[in-house]
Amino acid sequence: MLRIGKLPIALFAGFIIIFPWVAGKVPAIGNYTDIMVFVGIYCLITIGLGLLMGYAGQISVGQAAFYGIGAYVSAILTTRFGLNPWFCMFIAVLITGGIAFLIGAPSLKLKGHYLAMATLAFGIIIFIIFNEEARWTGGPDGMVDIPGLSIFEFDFDSIEKYFYLVWSFVFVILIFTINLIQSDTGRALRAIHTSETAANSMGVNVSKFKILVFVYSAILASLAGSLYAHYLNFINPSTFDLFFSIKLLIMIALGGMYNIWGAIIGAGIITFLSYEWLHYFEEFEVIVYGAILLVVTIFLPNGLVGLPGMLKELFVRQKSNE
Amino acid sequence: MNDTTAENILEVQGVVMAFGGLMALFKPDFKVKRGIIKAIIGPNGAGKTTLFNIITGFFTPTEGTVRFKGRSIKKFKTHEIAARGISRTFQTVELFGNMTVLENVMLGCHTRVPTSFMASGFRLPGAKRKEEEMRDRALNILKFIGLADKFEEPADNLPLGQQKMLEIGRALATEPELICLDEPAAGLNETETYVASSLIKAINAKGITVLLVEHDMKVIMNISDEIVVLNYGQKIAEGTPEAIRDNSTVIEAYLGSEA
Repeated sequence: MLRIGKLPIALFAGFIIIFPWVAGKVPAIGNYTDIMVFVGIYCLITIGLGLLMGYAGQISVGQAAFYGIGAYVSAILTTRFGLNPWFCMFIAVLITGGIAFLIGAPSLKLKGHYLAMATLAFGIIIFIIFNEEARWTGGPDGMVDIPGLSIFEFDFDSIEKYFYLVWSFVFVILIFTINLIQSDTGRALRAIHTSETAANSMGVNVSKFKILVFVYSAILASLAGSLYAHYLNFINPSTFDLFFSIKLLIMIALGGMYNIWGAIIGAGIITFLSYEWLHYFEEFEVIVYGAILLVVTIFLPNGLVGLPGMLKELFVRQKSNE
Repeated sequence: MNDTTAENILEVQGVVMAFGGLMALFKPDFKVKRGIIKAIIGPNGAGKTTLFNIITGFFTPTEGTVRFKGRSIKKFKTHEIAARGISRTFQTVELFGNMTVLENVMLGCHTRVPTSFMASGFRLPGAKRKEEEMRDRALNILKFIGLADKFEEPADNLPLGQQKMLEIGRALATEPELICLDEPAAGLNETETYVASSLIKAINAKGITVLLVEHDMKVIMNISDEIVVLNYGQKIAEGTPEAIRDNSTVIEAYLGSEA
């Protein structure tokens, strides 16, 4: 039975709760709380993308676009129309969900990787729109003065406060997704991944489930985009380019796509690499990502979360050879 | 016509299936009476599996209609046909190998115990109750097919004989009125074949109509009430096992004529 224990969630929650306090005490990692905000934001996207790739067996190369739509809808509605940021976040989710449905419905009814192609094209188009529709998006210069978030006069105006806000979102989504995986829906998704033919003839509406998961993953990306915009108070198109979509895929591949923790571990490692540890590679950073993807796909098809299992199997085999 | 539909659960009428120039099926008309075990036999390439794929909605026939409980299934998709009461197994086992035995059968309950995305995600009390209901149903089926003690094993770990049983169990979980079994005894040893035959009879005793494709003549002759014989996509004979056994056209198709 696929069971995801409560203990890892509790341990992880404990780690997150004390993280800012520890980072505050150790000067060497003082800026890690800020990076962890981004890790949280990316986790929202990778949890959805991992579900789509690992469980529904579909690839989206357009998550950066959904992330961008979330950010831009929030930014435009708050700065141009002065609407409540939480309301804008909700509107962004509706818009992104709607767009994802329109892209997903035709391409997911077909077998094969049509979704990858459709989202690739979509991502490029959206990136062009962000750059060219300067009247609304500010063009390549982006948008400034995006307001921060607050609840009942409580402003999330420090890094620590925003950290807890973002990670609260992550935990709600994490638990929701884990529940989903362990329910009939998750079973249907895993069945689709193994044999669409068999799932279909057992009464599973294969295309409905694929569309559902794709829309869900897009909504999570949109949510992440809104959180990003309200955190930095500034956005520009380069954040939402094709390379970011690919980086998200690398996160999933590195962490492991058949396990929800893989999405989180992958997001954590790649984010720290790009924000902190790969600085002196400068432009050659991309080569490191390429190498990671290469090594992982060849030697670690189940990602880092699959490593303990692989080592165990190796150990057992060695023992039986003796 | 109307009085026959009540009695016939399935009617195959004028079905033609052409793949490019290859005529896989050419109007093998037959009817399946409710509550019987009907076998479809024929040499390799006779179109038996193609027929199954049409009945379960994987293929849309080039011509002709298939009626289930009096209604044409033409505009239904595979999963809708499953929900309407036709279930199947596969010639080459198509289990969800990385899922446990229990989960495989629980997936079969999918159409009968509807759950929702939101309710499952928030683990609402209703969703939890439904999950338990599915589990109970699946365990009952596992008892029926004799795999209850293996419920936590991954399906891939079972020997072929048990995998075939599990496929039948998964199909039963959809609560079919008609179950289509594609070579349930293929690759099984004598004991396993005996178990499979008894299981098919037990399923039939529950009131489920069985449509069966099989090569093992002993199984066919033992359990089926009626037999349809296909050759090159056409029906060459239909009748009781005794009648088929003595039918000269059938013998010729299988063994060739005495020149």
